[in-house]
Amino acid sequence: MFPANFGYVAPRSLQEALELLDKHGEDAKLLAGGHSLIPAMKLRLARPGCLIDLGRLPGLGGARIEGDSLAIGALTVHADVASSELVRRRLPGLAEAASLIGDVQVRNRGTIGGSVAHADPAADFPVILTALNASFVLVSPSGSRAVSAEDFFVDFYTTALAANEVLTEIRVPLPSPGAGTSYAKLPHPASGYVVVSAGALVIRQPSGLCASVRVAIGGLGSVPFRARATEAALQGQQLAPEIIAAAAAKAAEGADPDDDVYAGADYKRHMATVYARKAIEAAASNKR
Amino acid sequence: MEQTMKDETRTIAVTVNGTKRQAEVEPRELLVYFLRDHLGLTGTHVGCDTSQCGACTILLDGRSVKSCTILAVQADGAEITTVEGLAREGALHPVQEGFGEKHGLQCGYCTPGMIMSAVYLLKSNPRPSEEEIRRALEGNLCRCTGYVNIIEAVKWAAAASKK
Repeated sequence: MFPANFGYVAPRSLQEALELLDKHGEDAKLLAGGHSLIPAMKLRLARPGCLIDLGRLPGLGGARIEGDSLAIGALTVHADVASSELVRRRLPGLAEAASLIGDVQVRNRGTIGGSVAHADPAADFPVILTALNASFVLVSPSGSRAVSAEDFFVDFYTTALAANEVLTEIRVPLPSPGAGTSYAKLPHPASGYVVVSAGALVIRQPSGLCASVRVAIGGLGSVPFRARATEAALQGQQLAPEIIAAAAAKAAEGADPDDDVYAGADYKRHMATVYARKAIEAAASNKR
Repeated sequence: MEQTMKDETRTIAVTVNGTKRQAEVEPRELLVYFLRDHLGLTGTHVGCDTSQCGACTILLDGRSVKSCTILAVQADGAEITTVEGLAREGALHPVQEGFGEKHGLQCGYCTPGMIMSAVYLLKSNPRPSEEEIRRALEGNLCRCTGYVNIIEAVKWAAAASKK
């Protein structure tokens, strides 16, 4: 099974990539690890005339501290996000999400930037990155801008990326001391994609009360769903199991999932409450 | 920066199992077909062709990947190891031996991919637990469902390599 014919170019600098993107416009697609794009091209779901391979751009891999954020290069493969000491220590929920994507070989090749830009509604990174209030650095010939995860994911496979922009970096605010992060996932047993998943960021006061919490749920719609009713129910409360369970029971409030061949809408709503509870409990106990 | 137009080919150079190889490929040529059809290395199998089954697993710059989901042009300049590159001077790799010793194959279709995934595991984790072996093989499917003996084969290889 081959993709349809296309032209190919592998720029050696971001500047070259931007010029090529400008020249080819809508006919071009950016290629990172190719683990979403190449399957889509084989199925003719995507049929670009030209692939601009970002794989040889320097400086877009790895994670580093940048001010009060963790900056992750867009070309960092999932396996490296999962095994990064920095990510595991400061944002264990993000490392956990990365370790649950696909399988070993997919994690050795797929990139965080590619996953985010593809915006599959059943992907893992969009969910945890929404919970962690990440932003994405988008570079165009006229400069760069940072877009928050919630503004970035617009619809199924649709993002705020403009046709002349390249996603270069993912920035995740480093949680304050006493904060915990976690990700819990119900994978489809065959594909490994998300049926329902939950990402949580819990910030505790020294007293043990919940200072603030962000919970994002995957699988309930076209983009990650912020469980605001759950968040409101936890704010200022003691992070005790029964209080977390009662708050998590509201995780699908306001969501409108579709039935699909694998899971019905009611089941997804119920699983959202289960996985929200798992994620919040883990984040609340994994103080960092 | 060389640009290849639609319907044109492009020269790529890769090191496969220690030997430098060069070939003209279309940009849409998948790495697995490049290995099989251009280089005649048919040990790497095409199973599902949809990045699920792992029959096409190879090592690309030392990491296990599914070669059905990589373009040959993306591998330009890379070092590749396929199942044909594991034996040393006629002696099978311990993982290959393990599959023989423990009957880790039935039809054999998934075997090269299983072996490459196991080799990749043992490189970074020479003494894996059974759980770690199972997790390391999550990207490889055996339609004969011969998983139990495959896991035994990897355990055998780990024990043999330690000597």
